[in-house]
Amino acid sequence: MFGYEFYVDPSRCIGCQSCVKACEECETHRGHSMINFDFIDRTETIGTAAYVCWHCDDPTCALVCPADAIKKGEDGIVQSALKPRCIACSNCVLACPFGIPKIVPEYEQMMKCDMCYDRTSVGRRPMCATVCPSQALAYLRPEDIARRREKPTNVFYFGNQKITTQVYMMTPPEIDAIPADITELMWETPAGDTKQNA
Amino acid sequence: MAKAPLPLEQLRDQFGPHLNYMPEGGWHKESRTMPDRLVKTHCCFCGQQCGIQLKVRDNRVIGFEPWEEFPFNRGMLCPKGVKRYLQDNHPDRLLDPLLRTNSGFRKATWDEALSFTARRLREVQERYGKDSVAVFGGASLTTEKAYLMGKFARVGLGTRHIDYNGRLCMVSAGVAYKLAFDVDRSLIPWSEIPKAQVLLVIGANIGECAPITTDYIWRCRDNGGKLIVADPRITPIARNADLFLPVRPGTDLALLNAMLHVVIRDNLQDEQFIAEHTSGFEAVKASVARFNPRMAAEMTGVPPEAIEKAAHWFARAERAIGMHARGLEHQSKGVENCSALINLALATGHVGREGSGCTMITGQGNGQGGREHGQKCDQLPGQRSLLDPAAREHVARVWGIAPDELPGAGYSAQEIMNAIHAGEIKALFSICFNPAVSLPNADFTREALEKLEFFAVTDFFLSETARYADVVLAGSLQEEEEGVTCSAEGRVIHIRKAVDPPGNARTDSEIICDLADRLGRGKFFPFRSPREIFDELREASRGGHADYYGITYEKIDAQMGVFWPCPSLEHPGTPNLIQGGVSCFPDGKCRFQRAEWRDSGDPVGPDFPIFLTTGRVVSQYLSGTQTRRIGGLVDIYPEPRVEIHPRLAEQHGIADRDWVTVTTRRAELTLRASIVRTIRPDTVFIPYHWADLKSANKLTHRTLDPRSKIPEFKVSACRISKSDAVPPWAATEHMVRINIPAGVPAPKGAVD
Repeated sequence: MFGYEFYVDPSRCIGCQSCVKACEECETHRGHSMINFDFIDRTETIGTAAYVCWHCDDPTCALVCPADAIKKGEDGIVQSALKPRCIACSNCVLACPFGIPKIVPEYEQMMKCDMCYDRTSVGRRPMCATVCPSQALAYLRPEDIARRREKPTNVFYFGNQKITTQVYMMTPPEIDAIPADITELMWETPAGDTKQNA
Repeated sequence: MAKAPLPLEQLRDQFGPHLNYMPEGGWHKESRTMPDRLVKTHCCFCGQQCGIQLKVRDNRVIGFEPWEEFPFNRGMLCPKGVKRYLQDNHPDRLLDPLLRTNSGFRKATWDEALSFTARRLREVQERYGKDSVAVFGGASLTTEKAYLMGKFARVGLGTRHIDYNGRLCMVSAGVAYKLAFDVDRSLIPWSEIPKAQVLLVIGANIGECAPITTDYIWRCRDNGGKLIVADPRITPIARNADLFLPVRPGTDLALLNAMLHVVIRDNLQDEQFIAEHTSGFEAVKASVARFNPRMAAEMTGVPPEAIEKAAHWFARAERAIGMHARGLEHQSKGVENCSALINLALATGHVGREGSGCTMITGQGNGQGGREHGQKCDQLPGQRSLLDPAAREHVARVWGIAPDELPGAGYSAQEIMNAIHAGEIKALFSICFNPAVSLPNADFTREALEKLEFFAVTDFFLSETARYADVVLAGSLQEEEEGVTCSAEGRVIHIRKAVDPPGNARTDSEIICDLADRLGRGKFFPFRSPREIFDELREASRGGHADYYGITYEKIDAQMGVFWPCPSLEHPGTPNLIQGGVSCFPDGKCRFQRAEWRDSGDPVGPDFPIFLTTGRVVSQYLSGTQTRRIGGLVDIYPEPRVEIHPRLAEQHGIADRDWVTVTTRRAELTLRASIVRTIRPDTVFIPYHWADLKSANKLTHRTLDPRSKIPEFKVSACRISKSDAVPPWAATEHMVRINIPAGVPAPKGAVD
């Protein structure tokens, strides 16, 4: 969609997995979800994160593909591997710094997020960003994202590799971190004082 | 009489829950075949009532498409909404009425099933009196169906005992809002939330139970608003809290009273608002005098400084909203808890102004509409009181009976189950209610159901409760009958019919009207369509607080919903209640209510030193009758686990995924541990959506709030121990998966 960009903000994610489930319902790949979703470490935190493909300007997955099966369109969208060419070697899976591509054993093919090409090409928002209840995945105009507390960036460094992407990451504002352990926030009766519900 | 006719394993094999993963014919076939049409309607799971479009082909729901024009959710959906369509065409679906035999259930004709039901209900009533039959309704029914159930009980059967599963939902809030404002509804539409400077979210796991509300809260923070969250657990909505108050279960009242104490101590109250718009402030002021922050810290486990900070933020904000849900309400002092929050909002003048107010986040699909039109044990349509002579006269006239023929107030839901157990109530007619899972003390509930002389259930799946039934009437899903619901905002919306009920299943209202006819009361139930029921409901509610007279299906479609009250056809509806601080009482004043402390009905002590609190997960809805049958949802969180803080777990030698036995004064339950730093170390948490040996409600107790009659689900006392043996349910039970695509791995939980 002209004038719209994709923004990812893990700090808004509530871990509901609506994106995972809705992606699976998309007509072009029904039954296969292209969302990367993580519980970061459930013991330590409620933090969760959902990602789509970042659609790199110079995609590492395509650079390492021995079969020349991964193509970026003029619109900047990096597509799933071309079925006739893909040899399911997993080079792209290993090389992608974001961990996005997956081999689908059933098809012996790498499949990944294509930014809902079928929807965005006819003026609709990608499925995940449409349903996301917390708008951690959002498809918006830049002037709309500017109203948020967090700021977008699309520049990433992995060691010496600088990557610029189509999809933006929202970076957190300057706030005091919430401690991950609830006991750090609690008030507890001093030792020796046993009464509870006074 | 009404024992389950087969061992549970055999019933499960026959009636599920089985897991449905794919639309009929598989993913590929569906992907290549277009739907005939898209039906704009609403999600049936939870009180947010998100707009959704259902894809329909050949009278079958085959998928969904977001409905971006509907203003409340603008296309957003949680996973329940996304996967909801898989409850359609489900192999567990009841396609015929069932009659119990000595060896299970057999299919019956409608004539056989309904004649039998009518005859047995009549026999019981002739032998034991009218009130020996009780009716259970539900708040996932459309408002038309809920209205019909109230009329069916009082006019069709002539019993005073009708209540509904909303009794387990937000009735504490309902009582508190009636006491303060004389109306039971959120004071504000959700569009006010982003305008607030401070949001106080207390006892509300919004990220999981009202997911769409998350975006409203994040937008409030984008606008510079501060978020205060009070909960015994750091829930997903707390990840961006500006202030988190880790309140001990059952002590919210002390926290809220202490906040009001600080407001008054530091002279932050809105004297002008209090003087012009309220009554009763002095008594409340006196009642919170003893709740100083230090004492409240002892009770709540929240630091005194945090209590003061929360009070200062809330009082000093120009615009502040208090949001609460079941955490406040599911307590034996649920009404007092809600009143304490309302007191805080009134004292600081945060009522009746833009970006200010307080709201209960109603949980069930039609939790709001289902409690407005006479399905409650003491209520008539339009939120009228059954005890009010003028209300009785009005409704009796609409119904064509004499006011004296209307029975008096009956028992609430748990009281009905208690009366069944005691032998006072002999027969039960139930729809849209699964008390075997949702009522507290599940073993007691099972004993009661087994004592019934006659039990009829209307449902679309054989719920755990329906196993005990003598007759099961195959009813309809939400998408199979037109109607309205009312969302948590107070917005009345239009449920469009997408498909006909499958097989020989019938719509719920057809079943009820047919049964009324067989009871000889057909002339009072002449309805040929939901629209005719709605038109009578409009008349019956006319002049009440929940006045629907001016609402029509067409107006709802044109306006994308109508907020009640809507007293005339020209009236646009009322999104904001109590505007300018004017309540619905004759004097227009808002009333402070003293909110006095009362101990839990199941106190923590030396033998049971740990708090048990129960709640929900994002992927399941209520008792799971529908959502435990949808593979994609079950995979997110396949079975209940006990959340335990590492500090407590270490004391008992429990590691993540170990089996843990939780014991209360009633029962014990063995589940896997989930070791998380996000729960208080004096508390464990279990979600309640499961049945039988995985049912958290085996552990909970039947103590009720004396006014709202809500059970105290949020506070029980327990002890825990590591279990070396695998519990019997885990050794024998395997989830039966059907319609499963190749290559999909076995269910893997969120916390695996």
